[in-house]
Amino acid sequence: MTKVGRPVLGGRRLSLDWVGTLPFFVYVLLFLLLPTAIVAFGAFFDANNAFTLDNFAHLSRSYVVKATVDTIGISAVTAIVGATLGALLAYAIVTGRPNGVLRRLVVSASGVLAQFGGVTLAFAFIASIGPAGFVYLFFQSHGFDYYAGSIWLFQIPGLVLVYLYFQIPLMVLVFLPALDGIKPQWREATESLGGSTWHYWRHVAGPILFPAFLGATLLLFANAFSAYATANALINQGGPVLAQQIAGALSSEVGAVEPGFAKAIAVEMIVIVTLVTIGYSLLQRRTAKWL
Amino acid sequence: MAVARQSLYRSRRIKLQLFRGVTFLLAAVFFLVPIIAMLEFSTRGIHGERTLEYWRSIFSYPDLVDFNFGPAPTAAIDASLELALVTSLAMLVLLVPTMVWVRLKLRRLSRILEFICLLPLTIPAIVLVVGLAPLYNHWLSTYVSDSILTLALAYVVLVLPYCYRALDAGLGAIDVKTLSEAARSLGASWFSVMWRIIVPNISNAILNATLLSVALVLGEYTIANNLLYNNLQVELVHLARANAGVSIAIAVASLLFAFVLLIAISLVGGRPRRMRSEAVTNFGTGPVQGSAG
Repeated sequence: MTKVGRPVLGGRRLSLDWVGTLPFFVYVLLFLLLPTAIVAFGAFFDANNAFTLDNFAHLSRSYVVKATVDTIGISAVTAIVGATLGALLAYAIVTGRPNGVLRRLVVSASGVLAQFGGVTLAFAFIASIGPAGFVYLFFQSHGFDYYAGSIWLFQIPGLVLVYLYFQIPLMVLVFLPALDGIKPQWREATESLGGSTWHYWRHVAGPILFPAFLGATLLLFANAFSAYATANALINQGGPVLAQQIAGALSSEVGAVEPGFAKAIAVEMIVIVTLVTIGYSLLQRRTAKWL
Repeated sequence: MAVARQSLYRSRRIKLQLFRGVTFLLAAVFFLVPIIAMLEFSTRGIHGERTLEYWRSIFSYPDLVDFNFGPAPTAAIDASLELALVTSLAMLVLLVPTMVWVRLKLRRLSRILEFICLLPLTIPAIVLVVGLAPLYNHWLSTYVSDSILTLALAYVVLVLPYCYRALDAGLGAIDVKTLSEAARSLGASWFSVMWRIIVPNISNAILNATLLSVALVLGEYTIANNLLYNNLQVELVHLARANAGVSIAIAVASLLFAFVLLIAISLVGGRPRRMRSEAVTNFGTGPVQGSAG
């Protein structure tokens, strides 16, 4: 008789197991759920803590509407182009040796570029094709000045280019598992039925991969939509991206500090990202049927 | 017939190799030129000669690095390194025991745990900043500390999804329940089950999660910038306005450092260890989401 059993309640032992998860749940409550709640509820209150819908009404300000449209445009373009190029690169990888050096190298490099800070990536483009970069100097000395009209690197086209630098690698990471799921037997089956390469892609591999491709595109969209660092490192005036508008409303650098307004834009972002994410997970489920 | 098929396969293989060659070439140009350009830019002298002047002068900026590690680092590189360390440790202490415990005792919580851990993916960092700002401004800086290291509290949330996936893959590859029941029946305490049984068995996943957090923290800009803390990336942007050469030198150094870290992951993760070690791979497999922007 060394150990006393746990208290018995109604024939079942009263479980205290949940205590073990307490530190974790308290932590996420404080630093994840509470901030989210502050954003979601705070958007409905003004500076004097009175209920208001003004914060959301301010979303119709022309510069916010422009930032929303621009951000959606940038995200859509970089998602579609990034997904297409990334899928091609992923296909080139997957047709090589499954555990080869090349594959590992490309996957690791993709990891760095997709995960590492946008500031560095912006600098990489300033150093290469920027007005003092060697690529520009080379073209300029050969009579081709691609900044003749304007220095577009520091405008939205430049943003799109730099975004692709992390969108394509992200696509590679997301799409590789789907491509790995394609079985060579499917191609053989198509051939034994007399199908050509075109038939195979059009009627077999294409339809199977399409949900995965679309889902990945949505993920890329959400990724670009949330991005802030790249835009801020590249374009520090005007703030073409929605995330920069939030930062602007939070700080007093431009005009008044409007925390309530910042929260309303934040809610707008959450709504859009959540919709996109739901679409992604629905497509993910569909993909899982076959791959 | 067989000959025809063979020649069909050959022409298809040639076409495929051509496609792969062209794709890799274009990808290499697109992805390597900017990185090489950073190295070129950061070693360019005023008169076009090669010089390491920028690289040497990194250490002459006290805002950047002063090797004065402590509870409230003032130099940006010191701060980011300390943040990487603190964040990784806090993440492991918080996540590993909880995930193991949920697997052992509270299986019905596993969906909720997963949902919460992946939640930060749908909340853009800038949105998190909006909610964190009152916490930091009114509470943390007043009652706890205004050291830059308090950023680690937010960074743990930021790295949660990536680390959850890495650790989940690791735990999925071993039989947590049998292992710990065996250890318990031999008289091990919960602490030694954790420390001597679970941790050694998921060491790959732990390494994976740690290196990922280090890479993410070193690259983090959004939260630090908007909560007005000077970490590595924030200081890089400041510095770029005064001295682009130095800034780009540090940027390329940190990028290559992250690259080495993740190559290390892939070497560790790719080493076949046991039957189901497939699951313990680098984060390149499985669903991922970027956080570069």
